[in-house]
Amino acid sequence: MFDDRSPIYLQIADGIKNDVLSGALKEDEQIMSTNQYASFYQINPATAAKGFAQLVEEGVLYKRRGIGMFVSPDAREKLRADRRERFFAEVVDPMLAEAKRIGIGVDEIVRHLGGAR
Amino acid sequence: MIELHGLTVRYGSTVAVDDVHLDLPTGKIYGLLGRNGSGKTSLLSALASYRRPASGTVRIDGADAFENPAVMRQTCFIRDTLDVNDSERVRAVLCFAGWMRPGWDAGYAARLTDLFELDPRKRISALSRGQRSALGAVLGLAARAPLTILDETYLGMDAVARSHFYRELLADYLARPRTIILSTHLIEEVADILERVIILDRGRVLLHEEADELRGRGVTVTGPAEAVGTFAGGHPVLGERSLGGVREVTLDWRPEPADVARGEAAGLTFGPVGIQDLFIHLTSASQRLEAVR
Repeated sequence: MFDDRSPIYLQIADGIKNDVLSGALKEDEQIMSTNQYASFYQINPATAAKGFAQLVEEGVLYKRRGIGMFVSPDAREKLRADRRERFFAEVVDPMLAEAKRIGIGVDEIVRHLGGAR
Repeated sequence: MIELHGLTVRYGSTVAVDDVHLDLPTGKIYGLLGRNGSGKTSLLSALASYRRPASGTVRIDGADAFENPAVMRQTCFIRDTLDVNDSERVRAVLCFAGWMRPGWDAGYAARLTDLFELDPRKRISALSRGQRSALGAVLGLAARAPLTILDETYLGMDAVARSHFYRELLADYLARPRTIILSTHLIEEVADILERVIILDRGRVLLHEEADELRGRGVTVTGPAEAVGTFAGGHPVLGERSLGGVREVTLDWRPEPADVARGEAAGLTFGPVGIQDLFIHLTSASQRLEAVR
């Protein structure tokens, strides 16, 4: 599940964000506890706690004292807005750079995308 | 808090542990890594008060540890020899542990003995290397000691037994948090369950860091020799190799996305450095420096 390329707490945070974006986690839904998460993924609970803390800080999750952590009501909208902003810089621009390297013109790409409509 | 202050362990003229200072908050799982002969077992023996340090102190929650019965009762040190009589049977060893250990859970010990398929009727001398280690794991976990030290308690265990061991260790830690120190060479297997990593190198602490901070701490940069040189300038180099005009350097540096973008624009590619790779680079690099000295 996790790799060695980056801190696990960031990978945890990314995984939960993807679940929120895809709708697998709904707003105000409770997420696993730190211990459940650590036990399920066989990781140290402090690492899991750090991932959750990161998400609380970013406003994706909120805490209810003594009960657990929940998905923030506006998390999905906020994450969508963030990702949309980064989409062209992080997804489209590198794709165009690769296309240029191997001699695929923009027209050809547009034709291909037209077929996906 | 476990405090090692100026800890030095000597065997005759050989210095095994050299002026080690470490502050270890309790309640965490630590991994103690180091090459053979780096001083891991000597450090742990002093930490567990099995060996009187040549100098320096070990304090546990403020109390001096050496020959302190109150501290000893709270400490469980599992080492290679298991500190048991080889002519005893497994059953008797477990029974004895129950008398010695205030926190001993006989039911849990029995479950673990089953899990590791240890025959309670067998004599210690008849156990295979892996079974001996499994018994060590049972003794270490079922003792439920506030300070549990497991010195390479996986030797000879097959992959299934090791996986049971790590799983049980984490599960029991989650249910009953305590301080657990594992020394190991199997870095990749165990890295995910560690909170902190201590690397020993020739008796000294090379690094004491959160395990998760070590992931992605280093990076490899590969590309045309000149571009790599320009890019890597000023960052600590852990290793490098080249083939023809291509050069690859491993840096002890975490680049920002903007750095990576800049590098990629210059024709460089980036690769990750895992905890084990980082360990290999850090400990073999220092040996090379030693050779030059």
